[in-house]
Amino acid sequence: MSMPRPDSPRPFASIMNGASLRWPDVPESPVTAFVDATAAELERGSRLCAWFGVAEGAATRLVAVLAADAENTMAIGRSEPTERAYPALTPRHAQAHLFEREVWEQHGLVPEGHPWLKPVRLDHGLGPAVGDYFRVEGHEVHEVAVGPVHAGIIEPGHFRFQCAGEEVLHLEIALGYQHRGVEESLAGGPGRAALVRVETVAGDSTIAHATAYASALESLSGEGAEATMRAQWLRSIALELERLANHAGDLGALAGDIAFLPSSAAFGKIRGDFLNLTAMICGNRFGRGLVRPGGYRPDLDLDSSLATTLLERLRGAMAEAGEAAAWLWNDSSVRARLEGTGTISRETAEEIGMVGPAARACGIVRDVRFDHPAGWHRFAQTPVSVWPGGDVLARARVRWLEVQRSGAFLEEQLVSPPEDELHSPAGARAPDSIAVSLVEGWRGEVCHVALTDDAGLIRRYKIVDPSFHNWTGLALAMRGQAISDFPICNKSFNLSYCGVDL
Amino acid sequence: MAELIRILEHRIRRGCETMAYPAGPAPPLPERHGGALRLEAAKCAEGCGDCVAVCPTEAIARPEGRPATLDLGRCVFCSACVAACPTGAITKTGDHRMAARSRGDMLLGGRGEEEVRLAGELGATLRRLLGRSLRLRQVSAGGCNGCEADTNVLGTIGWDLSRFGIQFVASPRHADGLLITGPVTRNMRAALEETYAAVPDPKIVIAVGACAIAGGPFVGLPQVADGAASTVPVDLFIPGCPPHPLTILDGLLRLVGRVK
Repeated sequence: MSMPRPDSPRPFASIMNGASLRWPDVPESPVTAFVDATAAELERGSRLCAWFGVAEGAATRLVAVLAADAENTMAIGRSEPTERAYPALTPRHAQAHLFEREVWEQHGLVPEGHPWLKPVRLDHGLGPAVGDYFRVEGHEVHEVAVGPVHAGIIEPGHFRFQCAGEEVLHLEIALGYQHRGVEESLAGGPGRAALVRVETVAGDSTIAHATAYASALESLSGEGAEATMRAQWLRSIALELERLANHAGDLGALAGDIAFLPSSAAFGKIRGDFLNLTAMICGNRFGRGLVRPGGYRPDLDLDSSLATTLLERLRGAMAEAGEAAAWLWNDSSVRARLEGTGTISRETAEEIGMVGPAARACGIVRDVRFDHPAGWHRFAQTPVSVWPGGDVLARARVRWLEVQRSGAFLEEQLVSPPEDELHSPAGARAPDSIAVSLVEGWRGEVCHVALTDDAGLIRRYKIVDPSFHNWTGLALAMRGQAISDFPICNKSFNLSYCGVDL
Repeated sequence: MAELIRILEHRIRRGCETMAYPAGPAPPLPERHGGALRLEAAKCAEGCGDCVAVCPTEAIARPEGRPATLDLGRCVFCSACVAACPTGAITKTGDHRMAARSRGDMLLGGRGEEEVRLAGELGATLRRLLGRSLRLRQVSAGGCNGCEADTNVLGTIGWDLSRFGIQFVASPRHADGLLITGPVTRNMRAALEETYAAVPDPKIVIAVGACAIAGGPFVGLPQVADGAASTVPVDLFIPGCPPHPLTILDGLLRLVGRVK
């Protein structure tokens, strides 16, 4: 990616989405040089897809996976094994802040100069989410603490607001309550529970995570092990159905939070209609058991008669969604409530490395399906849905654009299935190799990195859910807002707790 | 104003969209769902353990010289065992009803115990105290948002849970019981205990999904407690990964005696 200086080796190797490299072929730099080189890449406009540690005896190697979206390239590099501490990347690039806290928590490697070094998800003997919170001092400043158990049917997390009257000066979000040990449990495998654990990393993003996992494992098994065309086609269809259901649900939830009941009621039902389309293919509304390494569950084919029925029902649900969305956009009181609420500038979104619809609602063109196409998206593109503004309205508008485009994608794809097998047997995984796989889930970029040991077993498995990048965005969106705006700001992002907690 | 009239027109055109169930027929499960499993251990081939080896959550056991057992509470309904079984001992019933009052009632295999023994209603004292209403506080303790989402769906117009007097409330102080999802992570255990303590006596607990029943995909991991019963007494178990909304609704209605 970057031009090598004549006196130093290249710090990064380029890698394609869904491809793998031999681990020894990943360039290695002394840790300080590695951090500097990463900072230089980020300076140039790349962003961090993943930053994590790999244990090497008592020491730790840092690994960076970078994406230069505008150039449609990705890169990977690693540091020499390091003990105790290294100069933090966060002071120069805020998007590294949670990654560096995570490395510190998982490996004990201290990022020196990190401005807010505290646990991400582990207990440390006192329960999660304890320790110092950023506090605003002042005569009329008060603190509001919410969670872990919230008021609705929703996952647990802790939110600490610093308020002056109604106005939120700062929000700190502390997660970790959902930590199940997914990454750790995948090491030494893949075992027979690996797939069901990956599918439930974030259960509303089953297809995205399962596809990322399957494609990482397939690439480790060599070129011949790529999933069949028909399996890739089916995965792309299931991925858009997942997007449709969640976007429809969130538009309804947003409408509900502003007491606009017609759209709330309609989208609540339409969300179910979309989930039922997924269930028509696989029986499960969340797509469990559909995707597997090597392809697709063989008894769950989407034959032409099923595709025809699916298309009919899809059209019905899309028409209803169109009506319910039009009520939202045509109502000036709805627009007034959403417009200018929870605004994030494009610069801030770039700085903290936001992904998915939340980033696109800040005017950023960033979509794995477009920037780093893999699988079926190499053959079937979908336009990137962008909206300027960075507020709740923009995030809602991007969701709606994506609903329409997912619908159009499915219209096109359902009538032209590739003739192929559903499943090709996955071969043995290459030893000492690393695979990177990105999938544009409905919340944004799902990144999986799999490293094998000398026997081809999983040595390290890294999962980055899009929520890992975006929770900071929600916190920043709340600055200067009334605390009563929190529900709609939160719904407009609808981030995953368990996706971060793993 | 014109928009308001359009919305009202739409509402009148659509009419009531709430399903007739339970007075009318239950909506069909997705064809490929398969419903609850059935295990006739008498059909098991001598020495065969094919299903045991493919089950991702160790829901099936076959101790030396004994017939196989399938714990429907632990099952994630991946169908791997059905496909692997050479004698057709494990089959799909297509039945959405799966809720049970005890863990033992979900253990399939023995003679007369091929299928799940469905839940009966709460005891007379509790029924009298609750009257015709049930208020629940939901606690996700490591849930993946699958069970949460399909519990939430019961509040939409198609299902309209509140017509049965069942509601989810914001505070445990206002609740008659808890509906728990997730395997109970170590990090949520204290919060779950405190929420349970905050519900006034007498109280009930409902465990929804394979995780909350027995750890689900995460069974045996050191970071989880393998289900709600590790921490609080459970009155109703609703299997699935996640359970279909109809399965959850059936469980809730059984508990309050609206479905038998």
